[in-house]
Amino acid sequence: MRLDVDNLACRRSGRRIFAGLTFSVGEGGALAVTGRNGAGKSSLLAILSGRLRPDGGRIAIADVGEASLPECLHVVGHRDGLKSALTAGENLTFARDLLGAPRLVPREALERLGLAHAHDLPVAYLSAGQRRRVALARLLVCARPLWLLDEPTAALDTASQEVLAGLMAEHRAGGGLVIAATHQALGLRDAMELRIDRAGPEQAAAPTDADGEDWL
Amino acid sequence: MIRAGLALVARDLRLAARVGGSGTLSLVFFLMIVALVPFALGPDLNLLSRIGPAILWLSAVLSTLIGLDRLFQADEEDGSLDLMTGAPVPLEGVVLAKVVAHWLTTGLPLALASPLFGLLVALDGTAMAATALTLAVGTPALSFIGAVGAALTASIRRGGLILAVLVLPLMIPTLIFGVSAAQAATGGTVPFLVPLAVLTGLTLIAAVVGTVAAAAALRWPE
Repeated sequence: MRLDVDNLACRRSGRRIFAGLTFSVGEGGALAVTGRNGAGKSSLLAILSGRLRPDGGRIAIADVGEASLPECLHVVGHRDGLKSALTAGENLTFARDLLGAPRLVPREALERLGLAHAHDLPVAYLSAGQRRRVALARLLVCARPLWLLDEPTAALDTASQEVLAGLMAEHRAGGGLVIAATHQALGLRDAMELRIDRAGPEQAAAPTDADGEDWL
Repeated sequence: MIRAGLALVARDLRLAARVGGSGTLSLVFFLMIVALVPFALGPDLNLLSRIGPAILWLSAVLSTLIGLDRLFQADEEDGSLDLMTGAPVPLEGVVLAKVVAHWLTTGLPLALASPLFGLLVALDGTAMAATALTLAVGTPALSFIGAVGAALTASIRRGGLILAVLVLPLMIPTLIFGVSAAQAATGGTVPFLVPLAVLTGLTLIAAVVGTVAAAAALRWPE
């Protein structure tokens, strides 16, 4: 698939977060989104995943048939989407049935992340890093071309970070796309970097867009 | 798409069973309210059996509110809703599946238990059967109306009270026709089927409007 984003703007609770973001990611491509805390990295991923309405701009996808953008992607973010009362296996089976396009069975996916023993454990018993790995295992149980990762290495140990780098390389080799918001090197080879800065200048350049504070 | 819907229902039922669930809690709450009424009114069996269906219905409406605030909030907080946005099912389908699961764990047990609780308010056999039937037909409407409020308050931390204030007025028509159908079965001038048909209609309307409205409220959280 191919993702083209043109002049994207984001506004939350009336405040402009960013504007004028333009990038394209093609098959096998990777994009590392960087920026200060609060710059809007997570907001960008939320817009792409269909959970936030963009304030302007255009998002287009190509070569995916009739699927919409949210149906082509996986999100792994701060909120892991796991139910504490269910076991890791049940969580992954649910994701597999819900999202469709099944690939690995949950046990194999957990094995790839070194968590085979957690298959029958309730997620509530797992540590933060282990939970994150269960969420990452979701990437493997369903085949989807675009991975949106928000700080994917948070809480992961070095060994798991290498496993993740391997998974991303494998995914890209198969034509997949990776967009990751991050503060540290993820081992994404020849990834493009998109730096988001506060949309100060754009805001000043748009006189129709006067904020309430202007008259102060 | 059907597979995804079934997966959602199965997950919610499993969660309800495993966490000890609001389903059991609302059933106990139902029993509590019904049991309190005879203490408040005194042992006047004629009075109790006359207002019995109304008491059962009122308790059912209040019990439905238990756990309703967590219907979408729990999924909003842990990110499951992001997962569901990416499912090949429209959000309306997600809402429908979750409300069905909510009704199976809340409304249906209330309807099934109501004949037993009817003993506490001195209902006779006909009235018990009629009340159970009207509850079975009418409680889905309560779940669907409640889902709209639950979707609107999904991102509010303590939205339970706001939820009750929002949805209780909307439940009044269901309450009116539920009670009047149950009372029509034991006498009165209206045949039983007339209010029952209106109640069924209200449930069907709530199913459509509630599903669409709740999905719209969930789609763009801000």
